[in-house]
Amino acid sequence: MAAVRVEAVLAAAEEQEAEKRRSVTVEKELELEYDLGNLLAVDRNPPVALRGAGPRREELLRALARDNTQLLVSRLWELPVERAGGAGGPLVAQLPEPSFRLPREKPRPKPRPPTRWEQFARLKGIRRKKKTSLVWDEQAKEWRRRWGYRRAGGDPSRAWLAEVPAGADPDEDQFARLRREKRERVARNELNRLRNLARAHRAGSAVAAAPLHPTGHQDRDELRRVARVARVSTASLGRFQPRLPKESAEPPSRNAGKKRRFEPLLGNLAAERSRQLELLRDMGSKKPVLDITRAVNKQLRQDEAEAAAANKGKKQSKRGKRGRRQQRPGRSGKKSGGRRQPQQQKRAGGGTG
Amino acid sequence: FNLFCRKPKTKRAKRFLEKREPKLNENTKNAMLIKGGNANLTVTGVLKDIYAVKKPFAVLYKRKNITRPFEDQTSLEFFSRKSDCSLFLFGSHNKKRPNNLIIGRMFDYHVLDMIELGIEKFVSLKEIKSSKCPEGTKPMLIFAGDMFDVNEEYKRLKSLLIDFFRGPTVPSIRLAGLEYVLHFTAVDGKIYMRSYKVLLKKSGCKIPRIDLEEMGPSLDLVMRRTHLASDDLYKLSLKQPKGLKPKKKKNISRDVFGTTYGQIHMQKQDLSKLHTRKMKGLRKRRAEKSAEDGGATPKMPKSA
Repeated sequence: MAAVRVEAVLAAAEEQEAEKRRSVTVEKELELEYDLGNLLAVDRNPPVALRGAGPRREELLRALARDNTQLLVSRLWELPVERAGGAGGPLVAQLPEPSFRLPREKPRPKPRPPTRWEQFARLKGIRRKKKTSLVWDEQAKEWRRRWGYRRAGGDPSRAWLAEVPAGADPDEDQFARLRREKRERVARNELNRLRNLARAHRAGSAVAAAPLHPTGHQDRDELRRVARVARVSTASLGRFQPRLPKESAEPPSRNAGKKRRFEPLLGNLAAERSRQLELLRDMGSKKPVLDITRAVNKQLRQDEAEAAAANKGKKQSKRGKRGRRQQRPGRSGKKSGGRRQPQQQKRAGGGTG
Repeated sequence: FNLFCRKPKTKRAKRFLEKREPKLNENTKNAMLIKGGNANLTVTGVLKDIYAVKKPFAVLYKRKNITRPFEDQTSLEFFSRKSDCSLFLFGSHNKKRPNNLIIGRMFDYHVLDMIELGIEKFVSLKEIKSSKCPEGTKPMLIFAGDMFDVNEEYKRLKSLLIDFFRGPTVPSIRLAGLEYVLHFTAVDGKIYMRSYKVLLKKSGCKIPRIDLEEMGPSLDLVMRRTHLASDDLYKLSLKQPKGLKPKKKKNISRDVFGTTYGQIHMQKQDLSKLHTRKMKGLRKRRAEKSAEDGGATPKMPKSA
């Protein structure tokens, strides 16, 4: 008996709850998608009822809107709430972050590259010293700001005394010198600021094509390099490009502009054969590869040449161009004599490697 | 780019420029409402009503500007740069395209997306006699209809409309202040935009029952031409800067019962130098020890 009564009571309670909720529940085929951060709800159900409707359209639209709004508001009411502004304030719900992805207004902020000073400071480990904003001024006997309006050091334009420093010309106008130096400092700072800005701007947009544009200050080698790049930048890689009037008429070598040259794999078989045989012969012979006497002579001559260059630097050479030209054949002779050794070694190394 | 512009000399100018530069968390997007060459009553009415909805994040230009946004976008971009607005609504009217409305947005002061809509029916704020909600209310946005997910152009239109009407992003909202709802339905090739005022009625439970009262401007729109951004430009505009993602706290884990766990990493300890509790009673006394050792050993220092 009691059990039946309890069950009946529970069922009645549930019925009551359902009654209460009936006014706020809405039946939908597909669930809506919510983005509570934007107060947004998206209803994917196809609006079948509205397709044919003519005069009843407004009512149907309004009914649909009411249902959707009811669902959205139910969701919003489930958010965590608090009372804003103390006990008596309005009830406020905490909104989550908006999840619907919308495009930005402006592109992402790029971190600016460090200035020259910042790079140096990072390298050396120099950190910013925190400075007080006010400094005690002895003369004025009060706290003045470090720089700016009414700064601590007194007004520089009203300085009535400028000491002549120890090694300076006594007739020089010290005030003019101070003003000129300030102007130079300001100009130098402005130049550095513009350079830092240009560097930042250049880092942002890859301006790698700068050397290919003619400036007024390119030397012969740069221009030759640029001309070579321009010639090769055609669809047929420069094969059918007519030569410029003063350009040398040689086919472009594969090693143009590179410091190391690599021989092609199957080029000259005879040269390769001779190279390998020479290597084996050097390895098999008892004679040492390094000729001691020649190396010592070379070192001695190098020292003499350095000493001569140092002396030449000290006294202004009276010989002039003719004298230097007379010296040259001798020097080149020494160089070629000495060079034969390292070249041989290099080839030996190339053969084994 | 400021290389050839002088740097700002006043704090006010500096603040002005800082407000306009790209940031991590961006400002609320402003909209500019522009009248085209031949703008009739309907079109001007629409622009005025939308201005009323979007205040204070909109500027309404009163003079007519004779431009064609689909052909030449330079004047739009110039306006956007000057007034720092990234959304625009351009209304015009001619025989070929009557009651034309172009809604669009900008990225980096260049046109990103533009969609041309034709106004078939317009009921303005003044015609509907009812109480209005206060200016600047954040509206609830509801999109109904499967077209908004199926068709690419409708998808962009949905994104545009959300961008246009969503207002400032707020962390919390007053529940009693949810008064305004904008409902967009896509049916039969048309888009119906209706605005209602929300009345919260008592229901039996915590959640109130909603009743709607038609309030604001209602528009029946038809999609005409579109000028959508290419996929990669759109993807670029969607990219968010890295600083926005919250940093994940490492070394924190929870188990089923809610206990928080973390690992403590200690350095290697020299166990011989550990200081343990010293039991004074257990220490060997000097007399006992000398008796043990036979008295031959000298006094040894007490070891801990």
